[in-house]
Amino acid sequence: MKYLLILIFSGFILHSCAPKAKEENKQPVAVVNFDQLEPRLQKQNDTIYIVNFWATWCKPCVHELPDFEKLALEYKNEKVKFLLVSMDFPQLLESQLEPFIKKYELKSEVVLLFDTDANVWINKVSPDWSGSIPATLVYTKNFRKFHEGSYTYEELKTVIESQKL
Amino acid sequence: MFAQGVKIGDKAANFTLKNVDGKMVSLSDYKDAKGVILTFTCNTCPYAVAYQDRLIAIDKKYKEMGFPVVAVNPNDPEVKEGDSFEDMQQRAKEKEFSFPYLFDDGQKVYPQYGATRTPHLFLLENVKGEFVVRYIGAIDDNYADANAVKEHYLEDALTEVMAGKNVTTAETKAIGCTIKTK
Repeated sequence: MKYLLILIFSGFILHSCAPKAKEENKQPVAVVNFDQLEPRLQKQNDTIYIVNFWATWCKPCVHELPDFEKLALEYKNEKVKFLLVSMDFPQLLESQLEPFIKKYELKSEVVLLFDTDANVWINKVSPDWSGSIPATLVYTKNFRKFHEGSYTYEELKTVIESQKL
Repeated sequence: MFAQGVKIGDKAANFTLKNVDGKMVSLSDYKDAKGVILTFTCNTCPYAVAYQDRLIAIDKKYKEMGFPVVAVNPNDPEVKEGDSFEDMQQRAKEKEFSFPYLFDDGQKVYPQYGATRTPHLFLLENVKGEFVVRYIGAIDDNYADANAVKEHYLEDALTEVMAGKNVTTAETKAIGCTIKTK
């Protein structure tokens, strides 16, 4: 009995010491409502935030993601943070969103925004937003730019560069 | 987006577009109606699809009161697979749409209204033969669950229009899909 307990105990230690996958985005996707997301659109520090609203079923959204990921990689060691806010339906999180993230090896953080009365919060993201996706918010503590529609690599890079000190 | 587009109180432009039954339908055909619930919607957007049943229910309820639904697909089928005229005909047949489902051929109508997404609704009131925009936006506050709707934006607007009152919440926003154009 004592040896069995030692075996089980060692098993637990070994399991928790297993190296976590570093490069893959293996965290389960957090589902948030707008109140939970809002603080991430209002940070007051030296970082440039890029918040992209997208969905797996939205073709132009999917089309621009590689450019976002490429920029995220380029700015990896700088104070530039990308957040991909998925508007996918929450019941399809496991069957659609997570496999998509895995297939395309998305490195940026992904959250799923589920808050059905968008009329209440669309204007809080930007009063210029009519509600279509893709849409991207770029902000710093002194700057806020909202773009409804697709972003090219060059366009987004220009905006980021304009905010670098 | 577009410099054009209607505001609340503006006169709505007439249009003549092809319906899924092959016949041409104009806004002016509705000169004897009290108004029209003009809806830009499509086959492929999940938000548009989520509202299909509700759109049929709204048409059946309000057409008897003088406000029929007229649906227009603003997408360019060359850009978006699944939104061709044949696809539209199939969807209208499958779902037994009780309203016209028109093809915005050449995509000239949706910019006149300033539709930016699907679905996007414009409630028009017939004022002495001219159609005036009274409400712009979403059907309700919950695309995901028709039984959990708390704010019936469109129906509240219809109730006020039919009572001759000003519309309290005349514009709402909702998440939707971009209109597919070259």
